[in-house]
Amino acid sequence: MRKLSFLGCSVALGLTVSAAQAQNNTGEVEQIRRQLQQAYEAFQKAVENYRQVTESLNQRLEQLQPKEGRAAPPVAAKPSAAGTTNVPAAAVAESKPWSPTDPIRIGTAQNYIGVSFDALVAAGYSTATDIESLQLGGHDPKQRGFTVQNLETTFDGKVDPYFRGQANIVLQIDPEGETIIEAEEAYLETMSLPWNLQVKAGQYFTEFGRLNPTHPHTWDFVDQPLVNGRFFGEDGLRNAGARVSWLLPTPFYSELFLGMQNSQGETATSFRDSHEDSLRFGRPAVDTRVKGFGDMLYAPRYVASFNLADEHTVVAGASGAFGPNASGTKTDTQIYGVDLFYKWKPRWHSKGFPFVSWQTEAMYRRYEAGAFAGDVDNPALPSETLRDWGLYSQLNWGFRRGWVASLRGDYVTGEKAALNPDPDRDKRWRVSPALTYYPTEFSKLRLQYNYDDREHVGTDHSVWLQFEFLLGAHAAHKF
Amino acid sequence: MKNSLSILSLAAVLFAARSAQAKLNVVATLPDFGAIAEAIGGDKVKVTSIARGTEDPHFVDARPSFIRVLNQADVLIEGGAELEIGWLPPLVNSARNAKILSDAPGHVILSRGIRLLDVPTGPVDRSMGDVHPLGNPHYASDPANGKIMAATIAAAFSKLDTPNAAFYEANLKKFNDRLDARLAEWSKAMEPFRGTKVITYHKSFDYLLERFGLVLAGTIEPKPGIEPSPTHINALIPRARAEGVKLVIIEPNRPRKTPTYVADSIGAKLLLVPQMVGGHEKIKDYFSLFDYDLARIAEALKQSK
Repeated sequence: MRKLSFLGCSVALGLTVSAAQAQNNTGEVEQIRRQLQQAYEAFQKAVENYRQVTESLNQRLEQLQPKEGRAAPPVAAKPSAAGTTNVPAAAVAESKPWSPTDPIRIGTAQNYIGVSFDALVAAGYSTATDIESLQLGGHDPKQRGFTVQNLETTFDGKVDPYFRGQANIVLQIDPEGETIIEAEEAYLETMSLPWNLQVKAGQYFTEFGRLNPTHPHTWDFVDQPLVNGRFFGEDGLRNAGARVSWLLPTPFYSELFLGMQNSQGETATSFRDSHEDSLRFGRPAVDTRVKGFGDMLYAPRYVASFNLADEHTVVAGASGAFGPNASGTKTDTQIYGVDLFYKWKPRWHSKGFPFVSWQTEAMYRRYEAGAFAGDVDNPALPSETLRDWGLYSQLNWGFRRGWVASLRGDYVTGEKAALNPDPDRDKRWRVSPALTYYPTEFSKLRLQYNYDDREHVGTDHSVWLQFEFLLGAHAAHKF
Repeated sequence: MKNSLSILSLAAVLFAARSAQAKLNVVATLPDFGAIAEAIGGDKVKVTSIARGTEDPHFVDARPSFIRVLNQADVLIEGGAELEIGWLPPLVNSARNAKILSDAPGHVILSRGIRLLDVPTGPVDRSMGDVHPLGNPHYASDPANGKIMAATIAAAFSKLDTPNAAFYEANLKKFNDRLDARLAEWSKAMEPFRGTKVITYHKSFDYLLERFGLVLAGTIEPKPGIEPSPTHINALIPRARAEGVKLVIIEPNRPRKTPTYVADSIGAKLLLVPQMVGGHEKIKDYFSLFDYDLARIAEALKQSK
């Protein structure tokens, strides 16, 4: 306020003074005005001239620039780098501007999201008439003829400087011809937490053993192992949750995981799965509400890896999954697993061939089953503990470029309990030889034979032919 | 809880101790990059290379031990241009090391600043094989590109370890002077064979051929990364014979059967040429890679004259 009044005073004063002078020297003022006008006009003209010159130079520059390349690479700009030899100057690949006629590519280095689509289809025949109960995996071939096993769209990318994100949306066509959609995984993962920690959160496959966290197209066989089918259900153990992992400061690789996930739903089959109101182990599902932290699913895992004599790699792990189950109000399930993976790949491999790999997982499940009073159709069952175990062991031999011969053995069994027989717990084993041909990393063709022996059912033979194709950015696989 | 906290703080202490060490911990994806890093870094750096010199650089296993190696790295040097796309990303994702994330100064991509060959000008799809949309990533086989790579590495080292910037700058100069001298020698030795036509297995020696004036007359692979087919080989043989191809150059890890057949059919010599440092016991650094490879090529061409 005070500033304003001061300004007003000085302007008024200035005006009074100039008015007095104007009366004295009208002629001189007139002359100065004329000179000022001329100078101003000359100034305008010069500006216009320079503007024209600048404009034409700019145009010329624009005409020349695309031919010479825009951004000089930072390195080539250094004289010491360019030296005397004939070093090429411009990085053409990096400086090419996008034009509407260019193909729109998804998944190259410049994109924010990597998108890929993978289709897994099987065809074959089985002597079993109940193929849907013979094959335990949700993405296994499940009928004579063709099965669309897995149509998977994967999105992945860096979210921001802190997270990377991934989502796997899966479509499949069931034996009735209905298309099923699954939000299989959608999670974020931190990239640079302190102390070698990493957090993963969202919907994700529990890091239990080697096979459970992987997607069907990375499997070495047409179907999933029996023990995984029995303990983790059709679609593997996965749920919404969060886990933290710690990369230990050991001289070798070792990592500790601790996850907490929801324990309900069909993707937690050994836990609080309502199993669509049918009976499991002869018992119906009871109340599946979460009352506290004790009702969550906890999954610890430790994994370590060693390189033996350069060409040999071993990865060994131990996992657990603990949580309540749906057979009673105070019944829990514990699953323990150990896994071992060995791979030989010579120093002289070409395109990753030849190689030999061997993978084995053994699991034990302790299921506290609640008492069931029985009903018209079903017998009463006592409160008891059901003990099951199972394992699979598989050998892959990449004997020449693109060709892999495989052999897998499966065994699952349960300690006899009040409900007997129970096809979900009875002893069964399976032997599966397979031959896979990979024309490239983006397609494969696989022939597999299964010899099945189920207690109280008998033996069955199945032959499956599987093919796969993959479009788009193929995210590299973990070892 | 108390236990895990003390373990955590122990880890933090271990880490602090590590970062206090003077040496830059450098991890290179390929031994060629590692060899240049050693020449620039001298005793101020500790260099670990992930791939072995005998391996196919596109198909290196992402072994978990590398997660630990990358976790401790101050600098990650990669070739870029999708050379390591099949195995490096999951390792970096698992390494939880902010120093080597994509935009960090410790993440050095050597293809920057290098003129790449075979950059597709039209649309690219996978029916063309493994065509790299950014261009042929095997640029390290041109020794002149070694100067660009060395400059990129020296710039990164100087930025990350400012007190030793002058040391890296001096080593860069030494490296460049030595490379200039050798380039002159190599060019002189290869001069008589300028224009000679050769066949390679994969498009992995294009940069080397271009540098020394050799002409690529065809590849055993019909398309990059695609296995040879009888149709392709049957078309390649008469063409190569007509063009007077003298040499079939393959990396030692490639299948030999088809290249041998092609070489025998056209009366050319089959030559095994290691692609990377460590590809042969005599190839111990970046200079001996070219000493060895070019001597072999020159000798084979001399014999076939």
